[in-house]
Amino acid sequence: MAAHRCHFPALVLILWSLSVFIVADVQETTRLTDTGPSAASSQQTAAAGEPPAAAETRRQPPEEEDRRWEATEVEEAAPGDAPSDSQTSSAPETVVTPSQPEDDFQEELVIRPLHSGDIYASFQFRTVWDTDFMGGKKVSHYRLFPKSLGQVISKFSVRELHISFTQGYWRTMQWGQPFLPSPPGAELWVWFQDTVTDVDGTWKELTNVLSGIFCASLNFIDSTNTVQPSASFKPLGIGNVTDHRFLRYATLPREIVCTENLTPWKKLLPCGSKAGLAVLMKSEKLFHSSFHSQAVHIRPVCQDWQCKSTSWELRQTLNVVFDLHSSGQGKREWSLFKMFSRTLTEACPLASSSKIYIDVTDNPQGEQFELSPATPLLSQAVVLGDRRTYSVYDLTQQATFGSMRSLNMLLRWKSSDGDMMRPLLHGERYVAGYGLQTGEIHTLMYNHHPYRAFPVLLLDTVPWYLRLYIHTLTVTSKGKDNKPSYIHYQPSKDRVRPHLLEMLVQLPPNSVTEVTVQFERALLKWTEYTPDPNHGFYVGSSVVSALVPSVVAMDTNSTQERPLFSSFFPSKEESSYFVRIYTEPLLVNLPTPDFSMPYNVICLTCTVVAVGYGSLYNLLTRTFQVEEPSPGLAKRLANIIRKMRGVPPL
Amino acid sequence: MAAPLTLLLVVAVTIRAALFRSSLADLIAERVEVVSPLNAWKRVVEGLALLDLGISPYSGDVFHETPLIIYLFHFLVDYAEITFMVSRKFVSSVLLESPRLCFRKQKYALEADRYPLDCLELIRSPKEMYYIPLKVAMFYLLNPFTILSCVAKSTCGLNNAVIALFILCTIKGSALLTHTLSLCLHHYPASFLFFLSFRLYIPVNIRRPSFWWYTLQYAFMYLGSLFVIICLSFFLLGTWDFLPSVYGFILSVPDLTPNIGLFWYFFAEMFEHFRLFFLCVFQINVFFYTIPLSIKLKEHPVFLIFMQLAVISIFKSYPTVGDIALYLAFLPVWSHLYRFLRNVFLVSCVLLACSALFPVLWHLWIYAGSANSNFYYAITLLFNVAQILLVSDYFYAYLRREYHLTHGLYLKRKDGSEATLVLK
Repeated sequence: MAAHRCHFPALVLILWSLSVFIVADVQETTRLTDTGPSAASSQQTAAAGEPPAAAETRRQPPEEEDRRWEATEVEEAAPGDAPSDSQTSSAPETVVTPSQPEDDFQEELVIRPLHSGDIYASFQFRTVWDTDFMGGKKVSHYRLFPKSLGQVISKFSVRELHISFTQGYWRTMQWGQPFLPSPPGAELWVWFQDTVTDVDGTWKELTNVLSGIFCASLNFIDSTNTVQPSASFKPLGIGNVTDHRFLRYATLPREIVCTENLTPWKKLLPCGSKAGLAVLMKSEKLFHSSFHSQAVHIRPVCQDWQCKSTSWELRQTLNVVFDLHSSGQGKREWSLFKMFSRTLTEACPLASSSKIYIDVTDNPQGEQFELSPATPLLSQAVVLGDRRTYSVYDLTQQATFGSMRSLNMLLRWKSSDGDMMRPLLHGERYVAGYGLQTGEIHTLMYNHHPYRAFPVLLLDTVPWYLRLYIHTLTVTSKGKDNKPSYIHYQPSKDRVRPHLLEMLVQLPPNSVTEVTVQFERALLKWTEYTPDPNHGFYVGSSVVSALVPSVVAMDTNSTQERPLFSSFFPSKEESSYFVRIYTEPLLVNLPTPDFSMPYNVICLTCTVVAVGYGSLYNLLTRTFQVEEPSPGLAKRLANIIRKMRGVPPL
Repeated sequence: MAAPLTLLLVVAVTIRAALFRSSLADLIAERVEVVSPLNAWKRVVEGLALLDLGISPYSGDVFHETPLIIYLFHFLVDYAEITFMVSRKFVSSVLLESPRLCFRKQKYALEADRYPLDCLELIRSPKEMYYIPLKVAMFYLLNPFTILSCVAKSTCGLNNAVIALFILCTIKGSALLTHTLSLCLHHYPASFLFFLSFRLYIPVNIRRPSFWWYTLQYAFMYLGSLFVIICLSFFLLGTWDFLPSVYGFILSVPDLTPNIGLFWYFFAEMFEHFRLFFLCVFQINVFFYTIPLSIKLKEHPVFLIFMQLAVISIFKSYPTVGDIALYLAFLPVWSHLYRFLRNVFLVSCVLLACSALFPVLWHLWIYAGSANSNFYYAITLLFNVAQILLVSDYFYAYLRREYHLTHGLYLKRKDGSEATLVLK
């Protein structure tokens, strides 16, 4: 009874607080609707972080990439026909939920048919929340933003967090540039707030927590594979702290990504895998692919145009490359069902926008492939320096699903020819030399641009057990020595920290630049080897970051779509774009001791030391004496008797 | 004497010059028997490269020389074959040192009337002694170990030169100068030199105040020069990084690169919780014999130096063949001990066989993959056993000769029959 009596006041309290909430919410919405017309639409609110970001581009090249990508949404429907225009502008308004305007969720899927016959599918889920984790007050009410990550951000004072899990290697020369690059294995880089005093301790705790959240071996990140790059990883969100003391970067090239990593990743989505695009993520299909990469990016972005307050952006991305060409019995065709063994029936109800983009750039007249059901919506965007055209399917429109109430896109190839434009920047890496004593790491960077040179930042992280000799570093392009204009080298400490080599190299046009450095393989303690030591040790990918001249700017003759007055000088935002590429990870063998005989070794070596000690001790403590033969037993007995008798001994 | 010496120098220089110019030089410079992490030329160049990049050479784990060495090479690096010249200098000092040594011996010989008559054949004739310096020079200059070490530009040659200079000065009677010099090199010589230096001039007598005064004086000079050297290093670099990187590296043996010593495989296979204990046990071997040896050999400082050098080169954490060559160069000085050596033939055969097997087994393990680390380890064990036997054999022979010098060569028992000598 007492319990029941207690419940009643509690219920009243809850009701009262709820009413306060509702009133506050109503006030909020009215305020927002007041400012609504100036902000025009939710599309623009989403991209509101732009102008200040653009101002920052000169200092922070990585910003470029994201801005370009958002530009897709802004430019969208510009060349499209009138009906589509009205549709896209009206669509978001219908899904804006009036109750909780401070968070917003968008989902999209981009499908790009690759020239190799493979299909590249890239999911992006973006949650933006206008809240402040650092403001001192505890954030405890979560709606769309996952609570587990929100708590991580506030507990560890994280400013930016980027984590990716990748299985397979992205083949740039066959597939072109990915939308979001990632190295094989796991990669984690975090910018901490400048209020953090013990960055290393926080980093250690953070990796252990993330390890639990993502069911990954991130707890193997310690000081021996963590570095602080000075230039390669700049913050992607707002903020002006670029002191690399607050940055930590680590890769685990050996990490194997599978279902157990995908499931917690899917749980972070507001709709889980119940509705929306996430329905397509069936792990037996996703992991039966040539390339699989899932990532989480958290960063602060501007809340509005003036950037007076910040909101937090969570981007979850999943990139898959399906090899349908070889498994499709020679027929080159694909459909959503063939790729994911699911079809789409609805958008995520919580999403403000839910779209599928299909890259139809190479197929303007439908001579390469045939896409069904056809969509009237077209969008054009400059992605990674190239102008692309996309067919757009808006899942928030019921018309998209047709009479079948389900969407299953089908693409049938007609001809297989057509060549891909080579990526302008491309990197490779390998180990040269033989034997287990020394070796040489070769990194090749290709600039395929016909007439423009551009600088790239190369970041190499090499574990301590490959001892690099920096005096053997050579950078050659076109057979000539190419001196890097900036080198940041941090030598390794045994069992404490890895080598870090960062340099700024100018790549001449149409050339290959080769960076070589020699190393020596260390013999480790027997407990430091992995369980399969003869498999070898992985060395993480090199990271090449560059501002690459845009292809669009390269094409000075494409004036047909633009007025003449706008096309003489290459316009700023199109003249170059930010690219980050990852080379192959290396697998290096080290000399191994015999793991079966620690006891034997200890015994034998100690024996040798004992021989040394014994022989010296013998000579040091004893002196030479003339040997007096001891008398025999009978003689001694006789002498004793003679002594008793008082007779002189024998 | 001058003509054969000149000829010897010419031959030695020619061999080294030819090897420097040949393609073998790079191969030799990579050999783990010839260079250790402590004295590899590649690492010195790396340290200089780091210095040029504005990074402290001790911030990494590649460079472990003392700061004075790196500044020395900072100015001399253009003469790539500096070690070549340095080894010349060393040899000349050894050459100078040997005659001194011989004068002392001769003094003993003049006192021969103190000894029993039949010991005369134990004492070397002046003619024999005349050639000893030449023999020492030949043993050092033409020793393949020295040649390899020199061609690999191992800084071990420099280290040896300073030790030789120290020995020379000790015999001449002015040890202080080289004291400082040897301090700026590695700590192993520094450790025994301290004991050695006052042992040479004053007999240990605890009751006499002059002994304590002298000891105090010497300790003060030793610590003073140590302080000056370390402070100089600090002011050159501006950090204390070099202390753990040089001395900590020698003592804690973090680098397990194979070499001819006993440490690398032992500590690669060591159980982690016993590591510190065995580290202490193994390191103590280097210092352990200094006091008993200096007590036992208080009348024979040169032999004491030989013994101490041998013990250090066997039990140090990163030995190379250059260290062995240094004490092998002393062997001709003890040519009068040959009649008392027990197993010198066996030991020299083992040493030769091991030297040949090192590269073979290394190739099989590292390049061919048809052997494993145990093969190379077995050879290092055998090599060290042979060295220990060689040194203890010489020690035995020396003590025995001393006994015979006082008691006569042909010992008789009380009953007149021929006696045998035993250690008791």
